[in-house]
Amino acid sequence: MQEKELIPYLYRTEFRKITAVLCRLFGIEHITIAEDIVGDTFLLAAETWGLKGVPANPAAWLYVVAKNKTRDFLKRNAIFNEKVSPEVQYSAEESHEIEVDLSATNINDSQLQMMFAICYPGIPPESQIGLSLRILCSFSIDEIADAFLTNKETINKRMYRAKEKLKQDKVKIEMPPDSEIGKRIKNVLTTLYLLFNEGYYSSNRNTVLTKDLCLEAMRLTHMLTENQNTDKPEVNALLALMCFHASRFDARIDKNGELILYEDQDISLWNNELIKQGEYYLNRAAHGEVLSRYHLEAAIAYWHTAERDSPQKWEKVLSLYNRLLMVEYSPIAALNRTYALAKVYGNETAIAEAEKLALDHSHLYHILLGELYSDIDKSKAIEHFTVASKLTKTTADRKVIRKKIEKLKH
Amino acid sequence: MKEFVMVYRAEPMGEIKLTPEGNMVVSKEWENWMGGIAAQNKLVSPGMRLGNEGRVIKPGNLVTNGPYAEIKEIVGGLSIFKADSIEEATEWAKTCPILNAGGNVEVRDIIQMNG
Repeated sequence: MQEKELIPYLYRTEFRKITAVLCRLFGIEHITIAEDIVGDTFLLAAETWGLKGVPANPAAWLYVVAKNKTRDFLKRNAIFNEKVSPEVQYSAEESHEIEVDLSATNINDSQLQMMFAICYPGIPPESQIGLSLRILCSFSIDEIADAFLTNKETINKRMYRAKEKLKQDKVKIEMPPDSEIGKRIKNVLTTLYLLFNEGYYSSNRNTVLTKDLCLEAMRLTHMLTENQNTDKPEVNALLALMCFHASRFDARIDKNGELILYEDQDISLWNNELIKQGEYYLNRAAHGEVLSRYHLEAAIAYWHTAERDSPQKWEKVLSLYNRLLMVEYSPIAALNRTYALAKVYGNETAIAEAEKLALDHSHLYHILLGELYSDIDKSKAIEHFTVASKLTKTTADRKVIRKKIEKLKH
Repeated sequence: MKEFVMVYRAEPMGEIKLTPEGNMVVSKEWENWMGGIAAQNKLVSPGMRLGNEGRVIKPGNLVTNGPYAEIKEIVGGLSIFKADSIEEATEWAKTCPILNAGGNVEVRDIIQMNG
């Protein structure tokens, strides 16, 4: 690998590891210091490697430099030393040498603990996702701003407020006790689910970036399945769901970066390897007493990869959506349930149910009604698609809707 | 929006002969009915089915084996919904699958107990 590619590559893989270890060492109130030290380490790497060449083991070089910078910082910064966590003070007095443990085990533990700390319901979901991308996925502030289709200042402000809140609430960087993991992991899974969706359903045209968000969400979820304390059925269910969705990555975007609807996708482009992985994790999810929304959503996603269209499939999907809605309401599940209802009981029945949903403000609601009316009443269908086109915020959606209207006019 | 409980009454399930097929049909009906209300974000809790074991305790340490001998309509389960009015909840109750199985449904408003 060339030096130009090597540093961004190492940044993506190592920044998060060292940062998590330093955060855990310093405590939640000093996330920014940890980020700065690791950032400086990479700056020094860029300068030094450019002049002297790349060291034999670049990652080890980064670890040594990060350790030295941490020690220097702790020695130099008297104020910090006064306020620093007792643990660090203790080890500093004991050995006169602060131990920065960058072993694989400690890196892994630190990342898991940071995951629990960051996925803290006291800060807004978008901040949890932002912090996760920064601390757990090594994203730069610019990349996060791109992912959220906003600017650097907004993200910086959001991060600042989130870090202040974590500090104020004295959130601990630690593994929750076994008795609490089941409850606490819910927040973590919600954030990982949102992170995945942020990539999967993003209106962002940068497909490389949005795919990255999905892959990072999958990597973090996978980490949870590898730890025996966090390897819960619902974690496996969420990972299965992600695998099934991700299997359609290449089939759902055309050469021009435009969305291809499920019905029009080329099945040969679906990734069988990911479908198999999804099935593997869905099987692993099938024990215990908890039937989470992820189980139900993964089962729905499974049916979408198993068969495109069959009466059996739609009966199962309708049943799963019914149960999903009983566990947790969401407008999207309500709309999808109505679509499945149409597939099983016909459009007329579904239209009657759709009109009770009270989702007039949603463009997806009007797309659904447009679809359901297409074979019954073309002018009504066009009416709904036109409203949908006005309500949608993305040009990609508008294009898809316009195509549907054109088709109906012919 | 207020909360309402629906109390489902029917003959005890033990007396109704159900083929595995028949059982499936009933549950699909129930699922679609409840799913339809849940899709409107009006389901608070699917609630619970009650089993066939029961005891009734009366003053004077009198314990009987459930009310089955006396009345045909025992409580089979209950769910909680939210609605703008009892009229709205009543409209849903009119489409409840229990009515097709010879049972009935009672709609009652809920008054929360605090503490």
